[in-house]
Amino acid sequence: MSAPADRGSANRLVGHGGGPLRPDLQQVAAWIGHGTRVLDLGCGDGALLDWLARERGCSGYGVEIDDAQVLACTTRGVDVIQQNIEQGLDMFGRRQFEFVVLSMAIMATQHTERVVREMGRIGHEAIISFPNFGHWRHVWSLVLGRMPMSTAMPFEWYNTPNLHLATILDFENFLHTLGMTIVDAAFLDERGRPVTLMPAKRASTAIYRFRPDPAAAPDSGAVGIRAIQV
Amino acid sequence: MRCDLIEGARLTATVPGLTERSEPEQPTDSAALPPPPALLARPRRVVFEQPLVLASGSSLSGYELVYETYGELNAQRSNAVLICHALNASHHVAGVYAHEPDHRGWWDNMVGPGKPVDTNRFFVIGVNNLGSCFGSTGPMTRDPLTGRRYGPDFPVLTVEDWVHSQARLADALGIERFAAVMGGSLGGMQALAWSTLYAQRVAHCVVIASTPQLSAQNIAFNEVARRAILTDPDFHDGRFYDYGVTPKRGLMVARMIGHITYQAGDVMAQKFGRELINQRLQYDYTFDIEFQIERYLRYQSDKFSQYFDANTYLLITRVLDYFDPAAAFGGDLSAALASATADFLVISFTSDWRFTSARSREIVQALLANRRRVTYGEIDAPHGHDAFLLDDARYHALVRAYFDRVAATVTALPAGAISP
Repeated sequence: MSAPADRGSANRLVGHGGGPLRPDLQQVAAWIGHGTRVLDLGCGDGALLDWLARERGCSGYGVEIDDAQVLACTTRGVDVIQQNIEQGLDMFGRRQFEFVVLSMAIMATQHTERVVREMGRIGHEAIISFPNFGHWRHVWSLVLGRMPMSTAMPFEWYNTPNLHLATILDFENFLHTLGMTIVDAAFLDERGRPVTLMPAKRASTAIYRFRPDPAAAPDSGAVGIRAIQV
Repeated sequence: MRCDLIEGARLTATVPGLTERSEPEQPTDSAALPPPPALLARPRRVVFEQPLVLASGSSLSGYELVYETYGELNAQRSNAVLICHALNASHHVAGVYAHEPDHRGWWDNMVGPGKPVDTNRFFVIGVNNLGSCFGSTGPMTRDPLTGRRYGPDFPVLTVEDWVHSQARLADALGIERFAAVMGGSLGGMQALAWSTLYAQRVAHCVVIASTPQLSAQNIAFNEVARRAILTDPDFHDGRFYDYGVTPKRGLMVARMIGHITYQAGDVMAQKFGRELINQRLQYDYTFDIEFQIERYLRYQSDKFSQYFDANTYLLITRVLDYFDPAAAFGGDLSAALASATADFLVISFTSDWRFTSARSREIVQALLANRRRVTYGEIDAPHGHDAFLLDDARYHALVRAYFDRVAATVTALPAGAISP
């Protein structure tokens, strides 16, 4: 786990315009070391990279498909590569970055497995944040007969961009299957506060830091999986 | 070297395929036109008397370049932007001439006061390349040794030769380092070459709708264009000046080929479809114009053949063919760009099938491998290769935002003068 001091400093992170970084991005930023090279997939307006460049001396690029977001990145001085993250990652070389980040976007990817494998190829480490489908409110919603909706998943079933939703347990199993080693994990509630007790049920957002295990081929066994309380 | 102002020079450059601007003359009644632009262009000429050794091994004993500048060079000489032109454009990048108020520069929508490359902030230079036919030394120029037009004796050039010749212009203007070197298509190749040949002289490199090398298909189209010119009976082995003729038919076919490759098929379909000149098919063995697209190509190519030099067309298509900076590095573009120190903006257009987005991504990939700062815009515009010359809000906004960043580095240069 990361040092407590890092967790504390996350509360002071603010974006370029004075607004706070999204809570999951604060956690991501807390894990990223000074002067590292970072690739942010689906970087949006570049808030994370902007903060990392100014506060941590990091360098790197965002990858973003949306024209308006590409412009927003350029306006704030963040370098951005306009590509679809499902097709455009082959231009990045093996281990080209210390960190590859995918924040709150994995559920909208179509070829999810390929994207995560690519992150493992490009980065020494990868960080993924996603909404936890196993949150008790979602479960309760299903018990009541309705599809879950929440701050992190504010869509109706018929217009959601989310294709691949997962619970915390699903996601850990997925990383394990891909031969990734989980380095750290953090869980946040709907207000962005840390969740330590029963995160699989109580966390609204999960954030995982992991690295490809060069020794472990996919499906080679229980290497590095970190059991969490459920 | 000498610099002087050209008065009433013959300046008729237009841009490839930019039909919106190349239709018949606009009305000259000033009341019917929008307010005249503030930017008045004045072509100048600089003469270089020392020989220029070329990639081919031959050399030019001396040469002249025609150029224009817009905006003011600041006291630190740090706000200069060089604009490199493509196949058939010229030094007339922006603005109009006092004596030709309708003759706008070929990138006037990009460069000027308040434009994405803002001449209120930058000192912008447009230069006509060697071998071209708009005033700089080229095949139409008389060889000082023989008094005869160079014609086919003009040396075959490369993008790198152009860059070296442009560097001497920068020296003459007292510009040690450009805030940006920028170009589209063949102009983008020059910008890319600048970034490695004179890495210390380029702060930002802007490469639009370009490619690290021509594809076999690109070269094939160039070959068709060249054969059309070379086999025209009026070509006379490039000595047509002496015969008082021009290989007009060959030039027209060459231009038609080029024109087709600059445009996206969808846009051509939308503009012309299968529309006929007359109401019905003629079944006429003269194969005269029946479809609107035929009339359009004939009109455009006829106009082109009246002002463009056939030898220049041959020469510049070869410049395109030869460009391949990776060749000297075993085909490794990353190695070829390793000496670059600039920050980059690379832009491509998804409908460009001449220099596809995949080719621009090769450049981006090589820059990423070298850890260069690079922003890449892949604009989903419909207009094919021509898109780089046309108005597109997303494209222009991206260039504008990038040049805001360039301007910030320019004003930050003097110590303690960091802008807010």
